[in-house]
Amino acid sequence: MHFEKSSDGLSMTVKLSGEIDSINAPNLEEELLHKIDTVKNLTFDMKNLEYLSSAGLRVLLATQKLMKSKEGNMIIKNVNDEVMDIFKVTGFIRLFTIEH
Amino acid sequence: MSELISLKITALRENLAKVFEFIQDNLNNCDIPKKAIRQIKLCVEEIYMNIANYAYNPKTGEARMHIQMQNNEQYINIIIQFEDNGIPYDPTTKPDPDTSKTNIDNIPIGGLGIYLVKNTMDNIKYERKNNTNILTIEKNVETERK
Repeated sequence: MHFEKSSDGLSMTVKLSGEIDSINAPNLEEELLHKIDTVKNLTFDMKNLEYLSSAGLRVLLATQKLMKSKEGNMIIKNVNDEVMDIFKVTGFIRLFTIEH
Repeated sequence: MSELISLKITALRENLAKVFEFIQDNLNNCDIPKKAIRQIKLCVEEIYMNIANYAYNPKTGEARMHIQMQNNEQYINIIIQFEDNGIPYDPTTKPDPDTSKTNIDNIPIGGLGIYLVKNTMDNIKYERKNNTNILTIEKNVETERK
């Protein structure tokens, strides 16, 4: 996982890679909560994400709720077919802003 | 019908890696597309974590998994069975989360896992026999062989 914050601290891109499962999803959540405090525009880059289980989906949903509560934006980009399938099956495709 | 391959493990969260290893070792060399393996892995994670988190809570106990594969002309039929001796629990009766709502605040955070399993597998069946929870998932996967 890789965090890139803009110089003004208002935008942040989180590059997710590898696998997000039930074991490491809590670490992702913990890290995110500490780093997005001042962020208004959050982008998840999923280019190198190979696997996302429902534990990871829950983190994304919680993050989306948090961003909404502070009137920020959350965008997900570079989603591969398999992760997209999970978004479709769960209906999350309608909830997230996914950039193609 | 292939032989039955089994894994017996203590139902702890941290044993998920061993469960993944068991699935991957047995599915990787069977002409099964990677996409299908990931879908199966996803479902196995949901079911195994349910057992690890709730079946014996606050104590722990055993989880057993069995894989059986049948090779047909165009597809492989994969059956995975999970057993535990914890409290009776039938995840198939759990109501589906309503994600049709467009307001994100109304979406519940829980209940997604089993919903994913139901929508990804071809069949899911629960039985309770001899104080054992038996959950069986089944998927027909097209082989990569030409």
